[in-house]
Amino acid sequence: MSALRVVSYLNQFFGQIGGEDKAGVGPQVFPGAVGAARAVQQALGDAGHVVATVVAGDNYVAERADAAVSEILDLIAAEKPDLIVAGPAFLAGRYGVACGALCAAVQDRLGVPAVTGMHQENPGVELYRRRVYIVWTGTDAARMLDEVRRLVALGLKLARREPVGAPAVEGYFPRGITRNTLAGATAAQRATAMLLDKLAGRPVTSEVPLPDFPRIAPPPAVRDLGHAVIALVTDGGIVPLGNPDGIEALAATRFGAYSIEGRGGLDPGQYDNVHRGYDTSFVKQDPHRLVPVDVTRELEREGAIGKLHETVYSTTGVATTLAHSERMGREIAAKLRAARVDAVILTST
Amino acid sequence: MTPVAVMVGANRIVPAAGIIHPLGNADLSAEDEKALRRRIVERALQALRTEVVRPTVFTGGDSATAPAT
Repeated sequence: MSALRVVSYLNQFFGQIGGEDKAGVGPQVFPGAVGAARAVQQALGDAGHVVATVVAGDNYVAERADAAVSEILDLIAAEKPDLIVAGPAFLAGRYGVACGALCAAVQDRLGVPAVTGMHQENPGVELYRRRVYIVWTGTDAARMLDEVRRLVALGLKLARREPVGAPAVEGYFPRGITRNTLAGATAAQRATAMLLDKLAGRPVTSEVPLPDFPRIAPPPAVRDLGHAVIALVTDGGIVPLGNPDGIEALAATRFGAYSIEGRGGLDPGQYDNVHRGYDTSFVKQDPHRLVPVDVTRELEREGAIGKLHETVYSTTGVATTLAHSERMGREIAAKLRAARVDAVILTST
Repeated sequence: MTPVAVMVGANRIVPAAGIIHPLGNADLSAEDEKALRRRIVERALQALRTEVVRPTVFTGGDSATAPAT
């Protein structure tokens, strides 16, 4: 079989255009393998050539979604590829969502197989694992070549139309597809064996995994906003100068409670921003671009809301684990309830 | 990032002005930027006033779109 034509898709960081300051760059195509695509070429060996690397900024894609994916598809189609390798995106959320959307579009609209890779907590996994083969990876690029080898191994199977094994065997996230196989024991026997394993402290794998994101019933509408207390909460990383609570720049485990009592707005000179997942220069210039104290005060004065709660809660939502997010959410909600807050506007980046 | 908000089950979602300045836009005049911010907060209040049964994106005016489940 002749060498396959492979196109790599990367974000601005792995494509070596730049960091957050370049997250707004539009799609660009480079001949051959650049940046992280060199690992793809290395993993392919003689089996294929990375004929082009397509690079686009995280924010460019996240803010335009469908339009950006269409632009990238045009660039990819021009290369007449046999396979697309997107990422791996590790725990980078915007990048993961972009890789998932792109792979889905490549398969659906170009009829070309595609594969990507992410960490299990990347939001791209839940959004796209049913439609796209997503190989599981670590949280960062520490073992890039090893992980890219697994992406490429699965990608080659897809491109050659070879049968693909079960998720646990091939190393991709389950796609929700059920295939009948003959079990060696009845359900009663398997359940009993599982229970015995559990009692003995041995590892147990359920045959019916539970969903990762339990549905939360929507709270009822606020009937009378004119008498309601509204709080502002953000995961965008605003902190007072000096970050007194030591909120982590990423993978946060802490949040802060900051008083806005008696203030009509937020003075940029008194605040900093520690979030390391987006370009924070605009919200440092004017914190209202993240936490709208100014206009919410106006709405309070005009009677559109009863009262603006005098404490703003803040943390950084970037590579934050689900477990810590849930705990912090519960803790913040308990404090808001105790303060008789009726509703929250949570601003997110 | 509204698809992520829907996926994790946020129930009332208002699209904002972008990742690097969700409630602003440095390209606008100070006055226009504040008006933009006020519109987004007013839309959030509208969302809070509205009963929903599943994650719902409030795209503007009175129209809200509930993603298929």
